[in-house]
Amino acid sequence: MSTLTATAEEQPRTTAPDRPAYRVTGRRVLSSEWAKLWSLRSTWITLALGLLFLVAFGLIAASHYKSGIGSGHQDRDFATATAVSLSLFGTNFAQLALGVLGVLVTAGEYSTGMIRSTLAAVPRRLPVLWSKAVVFGLVALAVGTLGAFVAFLFGSQIVSGTPAAMGLSHAGVVRSLLGAGLYLGLVGVIGTALGALLRSVAGGISVLVASLMLVPGLISLLPSSWQDNISPYLPSNAGESMFALTHDSTTLSPTAGLLVFLGWTALALAGAAYRLVRSDV
Amino acid sequence: MIDARQLTKRYGEKTAVDSLDFVVKPGTVTGFLGPNGAGKSTTMRMIVGLDAPTSGSVTVNGRPYARHEAPLQEVGALLEAKSIHPGRSAYNHLRALALTHGIPRRRVDEVIELAGLGSVAKKRAGAFSLGMGQRLGIAAALLGDPQTVMLDEPVNGLDPEGVLWIRNLLKALADEGRTVFVSSHLMSEMALVADHLIIVGRGRLLADTTVGDLIRDAGGDTVTVVTQDPARLRDVLAGPGVDVTGRIGSEELQVTGVTAREIGLKAAEHGIALFELSSRSVSLEEAFMDLTRDAVEYHGSTTAVETQGSVA
Repeated sequence: MSTLTATAEEQPRTTAPDRPAYRVTGRRVLSSEWAKLWSLRSTWITLALGLLFLVAFGLIAASHYKSGIGSGHQDRDFATATAVSLSLFGTNFAQLALGVLGVLVTAGEYSTGMIRSTLAAVPRRLPVLWSKAVVFGLVALAVGTLGAFVAFLFGSQIVSGTPAAMGLSHAGVVRSLLGAGLYLGLVGVIGTALGALLRSVAGGISVLVASLMLVPGLISLLPSSWQDNISPYLPSNAGESMFALTHDSTTLSPTAGLLVFLGWTALALAGAAYRLVRSDV
Repeated sequence: MIDARQLTKRYGEKTAVDSLDFVVKPGTVTGFLGPNGAGKSTTMRMIVGLDAPTSGSVTVNGRPYARHEAPLQEVGALLEAKSIHPGRSAYNHLRALALTHGIPRRRVDEVIELAGLGSVAKKRAGAFSLGMGQRLGIAAALLGDPQTVMLDEPVNGLDPEGVLWIRNLLKALADEGRTVFVSSHLMSEMALVADHLIIVGRGRLLADTTVGDLIRDAGGDTVTVVTQDPARLRDVLAGPGVDVTGRIGSEELQVTGVTAREIGLKAAEHGIALFELSSRSVSLEEAFMDLTRDAVEYHGSTTAVETQGSVA
């Protein structure tokens, strides 16, 4: 039995007084979370899906606009379209993929039981949440930014020669594309926070979808004077201000949008941190 | 070294762990024994900080678990077997845990070999059998080369070879001077590996003892004697360490501290007639059952079962 002999050989070495000095550090927890993220197949699939949504829907929107111009009857929705707004049409779908993956990063540990191993290794707990948020936030930011630029490069080709045509050098274009990447990165962070807060994959996804997609619809039921005051500060609308090319009196400026959206992110993270520290696993 | 003081955990009305006081010392295997629902797992979860005690405290090597610089080097714990992500390979699971402490890749390979997982290390852990999952949990527990090893029901789901492997592993770890704390609801299993026993029932400490003492306290080796003259036999047998009990007016005596052979010889020497002389050995299992009878959460019944013979 080889396992037995392995135990026997182990003895003299492990009793040696000079035991290696291991230590948990923030950087090590980060590298552990990085390794965990990439060692699951679902990560690769969902990230690829997010990138595909972002680019494909942008190109579909641009093609649709272009064919509308050609045939003469243009959709009302596209009246004010720009190369940027068309290319970033897929953001809505990409945010779902990235947000859901964010929820899986944290809630997935609870549903599988992995969290017990994780927190036994890092019993101070909070470094795990920060590391997950940083690692996945940066990955979602990278994928979102890459997708936004790729979608624009091809999308602007498609709509060149139409009223929507624009180049990268056009005022505000680069800011919009970077804003879209940043927005998707923060959606990823909100996903991880919601997953850690609710400790359930289904619950996390529900709240994510509700806050990003359903609440804006429900707000329209409120009296219009309330709507004007509340609506721009909703996560989805504040986020949209981050990457919209043009802004009017009913929307926030890109900077204000970023600050409001950062506020929502911080709120979700604070809730997650509170629950992580306070409740049993 | 694990030191629990007045350790208590309540879930609403229910008290899962009730003012436990115990010390687990290095160099021996300490069995943590109790019926299902006695609070063993909750206690172990509190030791590694997964659950916070309602009151009281527990320290590991002098400090609360979470206050150590390298927790995995202090305590290696196997809690529930499936504390893994099923989509990750055994190797990547261990590697991710190792990275938090700066434990080298070499040590990951070592524990994989030690646990006998070499051939399946790259496979998804979700496809593992119960026994393989248990081995992976033990590999994770040994990863940090910990001073204290704590295993919750480690033999669950293991085949006979695996059970033997665990027994030898636990003994080897204790011989190296480590603290080994193992829970089980099976006395028979504990009797084979544990030197010291901490027995709980309904969250309360029932006994903190050694295997030998437990048997002795439970009646040990009792000899039943039926004699014509119980009063005289009592006098004859009296001596240090000898305990004779019996009802007044009854010819039957229960004697501990002397063997049946010695009682027979003494009786013959003094010409006392004996009608019956039998020794009874209490098994460890009986001693455990006696101790926990009142603390068993879920009683089963065997009387209702009736075998219906079918004649073909």
